[in-house]
Amino acid sequence: MFKLRITICTLLIGFALFAGCAPKQETGITIWHWMTDREPAFQELARRYEAKFGVKVNFELYAPSDAYSQKVRAAAQGEILPDIFGILGEKRDFASFIKAGHILDLTPYMEANNAEWKSSFFSKALAVNEFNEGNSYGVKPGTYGAPIDIMTIQMLYNKSLFKALGLNPRKPPATFEELLDIGKKISAAKMQGLVSGWAEVWMIDCFANNYAFNIMGKDKVLATIKGEVPYTDPDWIKVLTFFKQMQESGVLANGVVTMINKTAEQLFANDKAVFAFNGSWCVNVYKGMNPKLDYGAMLPPEASEKFPMAIWGGAGSSFMVNERSKNKEEGVKFLQWLTGAEQQAYLAQATNNLPANKNATGRITDILAQFADSMENATHPNVWGVSEFSVVIEAFDKGIQSIIIGEKTPEQVAAEVQRIKERELAKKRYR
Amino acid sequence: MRIKSTLENYIFVLPAVLIFAVFYIIPFIWVFQLGLFDWDGILPTKIFVGLDNFKEILFDKIWWQSMGNAGYITLIALTFQNALAFLLAWACDREIRGKNFYRVIFFIPPVLSEVVVGLVWQWILDGNYGLLNSWLANLGLGHLARSWLSDPQTALTAVAIVHCWKGFGWGFLIFLAGLQTIPRELYEAARVDGANAWVSFRKITIPLMVPVAVLVAILTVLGTMQAFVLIIAMTGGGPAYHTQVPVLRILASMRGSSRFGYACAQGISFGVILMAISFIQYRFSKKSRA
Repeated sequence: MFKLRITICTLLIGFALFAGCAPKQETGITIWHWMTDREPAFQELARRYEAKFGVKVNFELYAPSDAYSQKVRAAAQGEILPDIFGILGEKRDFASFIKAGHILDLTPYMEANNAEWKSSFFSKALAVNEFNEGNSYGVKPGTYGAPIDIMTIQMLYNKSLFKALGLNPRKPPATFEELLDIGKKISAAKMQGLVSGWAEVWMIDCFANNYAFNIMGKDKVLATIKGEVPYTDPDWIKVLTFFKQMQESGVLANGVVTMINKTAEQLFANDKAVFAFNGSWCVNVYKGMNPKLDYGAMLPPEASEKFPMAIWGGAGSSFMVNERSKNKEEGVKFLQWLTGAEQQAYLAQATNNLPANKNATGRITDILAQFADSMENATHPNVWGVSEFSVVIEAFDKGIQSIIIGEKTPEQVAAEVQRIKERELAKKRYR
Repeated sequence: MRIKSTLENYIFVLPAVLIFAVFYIIPFIWVFQLGLFDWDGILPTKIFVGLDNFKEILFDKIWWQSMGNAGYITLIALTFQNALAFLLAWACDREIRGKNFYRVIFFIPPVLSEVVVGLVWQWILDGNYGLLNSWLANLGLGHLARSWLSDPQTALTAVAIVHCWKGFGWGFLIFLAGLQTIPRELYEAARVDGANAWVSFRKITIPLMVPVAVLVAILTVLGTMQAFVLIIAMTGGGPAYHTQVPVLRILASMRGSSRFGYACAQGISFGVILMAISFIQYRFSKKSRA
C-alpha cells in the first residue's frame, strides 16, 4: 500500500510538471506578427499560397506590439521561435538576435539570379535589414530580413481646420517661424495644435532627431552618438528649445506629453487637432475612423537652410527567417513570394501601406503618394551604423517632456543627458 | 512504523513543496543570479558584473523617485481607500434597505479590467475634451479645469485617486466579512449595559477589526506598490517621470533598454523591500494584538 502511494504520488508529480511541456505539432510555415490591421490580408495571402503551392501558412497574431516583443524575446531565450518572425526594437537588438543564431542570413538568396530578389526592393526599405562591412555591432555583413512595407513618419495637417483658421489649405507651413505663427492663431482660436503619441517617448525622439538633422546635419548627430560632441552643444540646446517655443506659441496640443498615439489619431481623425505627427500607417487608421477627413502630409517645417530636413522612414515592417527552423528553405520561398509585386500590390491596396517592392507602387492613394514622395528625406537610426545608449535616449525624451511641461530648461535637460551619456561611456570603457 | 509514517507525511507535502520550489524558489534564485550579469536578454553570452547592478540601483535617482511615487499612492490607498472601504462595509453590515445591491455595486470596480478603467478615466480627466472639465465649466468652476494627467501638479494624485476607486472594493469585501464574524451578542450586551452606537463601535468593532485591518493594510501595500497597468493606460508613466512606479522602471530596463541584468536586480531589490514592509506590518500587528 505504501509503495503504491509513493508510485501514485511520483506519477502525479511527474505528470503535473511535464504535461504542459510537450511541443505543439505544427505543419507548414508558422509566422508570428503583431500587425492587427494587416491580419485579414495576411490570412488571405496565406490562403492563396496554400492554394498555389500546397504549403500551409499559419499567421499568428500577438498584439499589442509590447506583448509581441516580449514573446519573441522569451521564445528566443527558449529557442522556440517560429519559422518566420519580425523584431521590434533597436538595431542592437536585431544584432543580438543574429549573433545568438536566431536569424538566417538572407544574402545568398538576395544575391541569387543577379540579385533579382534584392533589386525588387526600395533600397531604403532593405537598408534597415542590412549590416555593412565593419559595422559597430560585430555582425557579419549581409541582409538579414525582408521588408514587407515601407513607411515614413512626418507631419499631417487638417485642411478643414486650416480653412477655419483663414490659412491656405494647399500651403502648409514651410519654415519653423511660420509654424510658430500658426501656433499663435491656433491658440487664439482655442483649437488644439499638434497631437502625437508622445507618451510613447520614441515618437518625441523621432521629432527631435528630424530637427537635429536639419540644424546640425547627419555627421554631427552621429558624432554625438559616438561621444565626440556633447549634448550641451549649442545646436542640441537649440533643438531642445524648439519644444519650448512650440509649447509657448500654442503649436502643441494640451496633454501631448501623456498622449498615446491612439488618442492622438482619434483627435486628428475627428477634426479636433490642426496638426499630427504620425507614420504612414495612419492613412489606414484615419480611413477607418473618419473616411471624410480632409488632410495632407508635410515635412516638419525647416528651422535651418544649412541641412535638409530628415524624417524617419524606410522599412516599416520586416520578416526574418529562423536560422534554427527545419522549414527555413520553405520560409525563404514564402518570403520571396510575399514580397513579390502582385502580393505587395494586394497588401498595399488592402492595408493602405506603402509597398516595399518598387514594382508595386502603381495603385496607391494620393495621400500615400504624398508620404512616398518624402522617402528621399528618410533616414532611420537602424541605418546609422551606431546606436545611442537606451538610457540616454530615455533621458533625452523624458527631458523634452519636462521642457514641454515647463519643469526644466533646455540647458538643464542637455546637462542631465550629457551626464548620463558620460556615465554610460565610462561604464562601457570599464567593461 | 513511526519512520514510515513520517516519510509518508513528507511524501504527501512533496508535490506542494516541489511546485513552490519550481515556480517560486528556483525563479527567485535564477533572477538573483541574472542580476549579477550585464545581459541584453538575447545574446547567449553574459558579462559577470558582481553586485554592480545592485550598487547602481542605490544611485538611480529615477528608481527612487518611482519608489516615492508608489509610496505616495500607497499612502493615499492606506488612508482614504481603506477608510472608505471600512465605512462602506460598516454601513452595509447594518440593517439597511438594499444592502445586497450596494455590495454588488461596490465590488464592480475591482472586477473591471485595469486597462479599460484606465482608458475611461483618461477620457474623463482629459484636458481638452474630458468630462471632468466639462462638469467644472457647467458648475461655473471653469477656472479649475486643467490637463489633469499632463500637469505635474495633479498627475500623480489623479492616478492615485483612480487607483483607490478601482481598489477599494477588495478592502470593502474583506472588512465586510470581518464585520460579519463579530458576534451580535456583544452589541446586544453592550446595549443592555447602556452603551450607545458610538461606544459600541469604538469598544467592540474597532478592537475586533484590528487583525482584519492589518491584513487589508498588507494587501493594500503589496497591491499598490506593484500597480502599473492602470498607470500605463492613464499616463504611460509621464509627464516626464511624475507617475513612474517601480514596476514601470523594471519594464523600462528590460524592454526599453534591454538591460535584463539590471531589471533583475531591480526586481530582487523591490521584492526585498516589499517583504521587509510586510514583515514590519506583520510584527506590528502581532504586537498590537498582544
